[in-house]
Amino acid sequence: MSITPTVILFFILAVVAVAAAIAMLRSPNAVHAALFLVINFTAVAILYLLLNAPFIAMAQITVYAGAIMVLFLFVIMMLGAERLPLTERLPWQRPVALILSLILVAAFLFVALVPAAPGNPGQAAAPPPVPRDFGGPLQIGSVLFSRYLFPFELTSVLLLVAMIGAVVLTREDRRQATDGRRQTTEDRPQTAELASVLRPPSSVVTKEQP
Amino acid sequence: MNPTDIPIGYYIALSGLLFTLGVLGVLIRRNAIIIFMAVELMLNAANLAFIAFAREQGAVDGQLFVFFVITVAAAEVAVGLALIVAIFRTRRSIDVDEIHMMRG
Amino acid sequence: MEVQGFAYVPLIIGFPLLGLLVNILFGDELSEGGIGFVACTAAAASFVVALLTFLAVQIHPEGFEVSLFTWIRAGDFEVPAALLVDPLSSVMTLVVTGVGTLIHIYAVGYMRGDPRIKRFFVYMNLFLASMLVLVLGNNFVVLFVGWELVGLCSYLLIGFWYEKLANARAAMKAFVVNRIGDAGFILGIFLIWTAFGSVLYADVFPQVEAVNAAMPGVITAITLLLLIGATGKSAQIPLFVWLPDAMAGPTPVSALIHAATMVTAGVYMVARTHALYSLAPTSQLIVGLIGAATALLAATIGVGQFDIKRVLAYSTISQLGFMIAAVGIGAYVAGMFHLVTHAFFKALLFLSAGSVIHGVEHGEHSPSPHSPPLIGEGKGERLDPQDMRNLGGLAGRMRTTFIVYLIGALALAGIFPLSGFWSKDEILAEALQRQPLVFALLLSAAFFTAFYVGRQLMLVFFGRPRTAAAAHAQESGPIMLIPLIVLAVLAFFGGALNLPGVGALESFLEHTLGHEEAAEFNPLLASMALGLAVLGLALAYGVYRTRPITPRDRDPLTDWINGAFTWLNRKWYVDEIYGALFVRPYIWLSGWLANAFDERFIHDFIHDVLLTGTFVRVTRTLAQGVDLGIIDGIANGIARLTQAIGARLRWVQSGYLRNYALSLLLGVVLIVGYLLLRTRIGTP
Repeated sequence: MSITPTVILFFILAVVAVAAAIAMLRSPNAVHAALFLVINFTAVAILYLLLNAPFIAMAQITVYAGAIMVLFLFVIMMLGAERLPLTERLPWQRPVALILSLILVAAFLFVALVPAAPGNPGQAAAPPPVPRDFGGPLQIGSVLFSRYLFPFELTSVLLLVAMIGAVVLTREDRRQATDGRRQTTEDRPQTAELASVLRPPSSVVTKEQP
Repeated sequence: MNPTDIPIGYYIALSGLLFTLGVLGVLIRRNAIIIFMAVELMLNAANLAFIAFAREQGAVDGQLFVFFVITVAAAEVAVGLALIVAIFRTRRSIDVDEIHMMRG
Repeated sequence: MEVQGFAYVPLIIGFPLLGLLVNILFGDELSEGGIGFVACTAAAASFVVALLTFLAVQIHPEGFEVSLFTWIRAGDFEVPAALLVDPLSSVMTLVVTGVGTLIHIYAVGYMRGDPRIKRFFVYMNLFLASMLVLVLGNNFVVLFVGWELVGLCSYLLIGFWYEKLANARAAMKAFVVNRIGDAGFILGIFLIWTAFGSVLYADVFPQVEAVNAAMPGVITAITLLLLIGATGKSAQIPLFVWLPDAMAGPTPVSALIHAATMVTAGVYMVARTHALYSLAPTSQLIVGLIGAATALLAATIGVGQFDIKRVLAYSTISQLGFMIAAVGIGAYVAGMFHLVTHAFFKALLFLSAGSVIHGVEHGEHSPSPHSPPLIGEGKGERLDPQDMRNLGGLAGRMRTTFIVYLIGALALAGIFPLSGFWSKDEILAEALQRQPLVFALLLSAAFFTAFYVGRQLMLVFFGRPRTAAAAHAQESGPIMLIPLIVLAVLAFFGGALNLPGVGALESFLEHTLGHEEAAEFNPLLASMALGLAVLGLALAYGVYRTRPITPRDRDPLTDWINGAFTWLNRKWYVDEIYGALFVRPYIWLSGWLANAFDERFIHDFIHDVLLTGTFVRVTRTLAQGVDLGIIDGIANGIARLTQAIGARLRWVQSGYLRNYALSLLLGVVLIVGYLLLRTRIGTP
């Protein structure tokens, strides 16, 4: 394999992605970790571009890095910084995890890079060329709405369900008496201010007197 | 630039590496949100593998799959974070080690 | 020979059966008189038919058979239910039904007021029917059926007043002793069938000569076995001990069964089987000696008894000895003659004794005149009306009874011209001619007979009344007296049946019993016997005339024979000897078998220890050892093992999410590794 600018780009992106991932893992600050993950997603998105998947690349950046990670950041900031207790309750968790992970990585690398048979390079060979429009929105759309129409519709239902679920899960329980009232978002000092920002102005609520 | 220069195997190797890093994250971190983000990392690694294979096979179905994965991931994150918020309300902590009521 | 015109003969048995059925079914609705009427009518009707049959036999002296149905048929063995009507059976039926009817009538008066009078007359009719079956059967098996049935009736009637334990015991004693005799009898029947191939008289008797020639000794064996039965039923040595105890029954029962009829069954049986006995001279001698010895022994015992019925009981045994001795030595007609006359005067004596007892009881003003009379010596305040020492002077109080009793007593003693004189004399004549030893014994017995008869007359009727009850004794009513008078007439004139020279009975019985040259009437012998009897009576008069005796006094006879009297009174201790020799060892044996063997060994040991114990042990082992120990142990053990394993493995469920994730990873690594090895490395 010759060292072309594509190859260099690939390796740079790969390193960036891995580094961001490792940084995410090691970062004690949750916000930092989120941001590192965003970097990872971006790097992977560019890799998508290299793989003739322009639509998906844009979707990755828009949805994943743009929406999902922002949601993460919302919650992180709502729940406060991570407060780690000092004691580690599972002492041998980390070593065993590392060892197993190393084995797993080795397996992956082996599968990916080692040829299956002498005459069959498998993934070790370069991919064949593809038409220019491959992975473009037109092609994605045409396949999406023909062959994958049903899953598409299902996915919309799924999104609706998820929305409902999220609302239900975070709904406050107002059945209890005043004193035993479960804590609402307003009780927390940090979130009280945010909540007050989010609450609509009272003028809208009041009824207009005829 | 010729994107056909890079053997697909490299992408797969990278995908595996990223996936393993995600697994490590699930196993090592105690912050529930960080763990969730590690799960997203794993999903992302899988997506990468899908795209690579789609490229190798010349079939766009792999990309469609990634499309759906991303969609479902979004829904999943919404629900999952809502769960974490609900748990936080009762437990005042997002340390997963605090949740060991299922202890045998 | 079957004659169809005599189909009415079964009615002889049928009438008493009908009578007892009517009484069973309707007796509760009838009055006492009604019950008695039914029973007496049945007996009387039977007597009428017996008379008709007698007339028929006059015309056909060879006899005829009336077949009813085939009773048993098993291969070669066939027993018909059939009747044989011939002179011998005709005589017996006349005696049974005639005397039986008279006694039935008497019993209506005697048993008045008894709460179980219905049952009494049912049993009495049943007895008549059974006795008639016995004498009318044409084969040995039917004879035996009747034999057993009369034994049963005897048991039922002896123990009629069963409230008193002594009565029940007497009934059992009678039955058991009879049974011993019956065992011998039935063995005799078996032997007859084996030797002759049939049990019918018509088959057996003609073949006697042939069988005797073919199997010498068999006839003797048969006759001896049959004799055992006869000694049981007719109360001879050694099985006579039941008859005195049988006096526990009501007096009509004693008269009918134990004087006139049942006890004569043995005599009848020997007469019927005379063909067998004629060919077994050994048996004949034994029969004769047993009869004579019994006659003498019983007569001596009769001298020492105080109970009025006991005296008569031993007298019966003694007179039966005369009859048995007669048929034993071959004087069959003489034996039958005495059977008939004895039925007359002995029934008369018993019934009169019953009248005496009743009269004295009435004199005592006892609260319930028909409560069971006390047997044995008087108990405490209750006066025993049967103890002769409590009587005396009744000749004046109970005239009619005295007169009839006197007639019977003189007939028994053998005083001319009463019936007893003729029949007893004939026996003595035959004995003198055939077996002198038997003659000597019988003559001695005749002397003692006269003595105890006189003694009884003196104690009961003569002298002064010795108790208030006797002093106030009342004569019995006509329903009891009329049969007595009839019997007295028969006892007086009964000798006419077989007067020497005329011999009506003998010629009548000739056809059945064969023609034997009867002994010539021996005037010398007759006079000697008569003199002996008069001597006996006179001695009794002399001893007992002047000395009144009460239960506290000694018997005057002891003046002459001192301690020997006790032997007479205690019946030569025969019962005690039997008790020591047989009864007590037998009771001990059955007790031992019941307790040591059955109870302790079979029950306790084998059953409880071995069987139950083993079973319990096995089930206990199974229940505890196997079930609890092994099976439960396995079950519990598995549970405990699972618990232990669970306890050990519980640490896996740490509750920590990250641990679970780690396990997942471990699984993934293993699977991936396995797949890799399979696909990539396994294949070169």
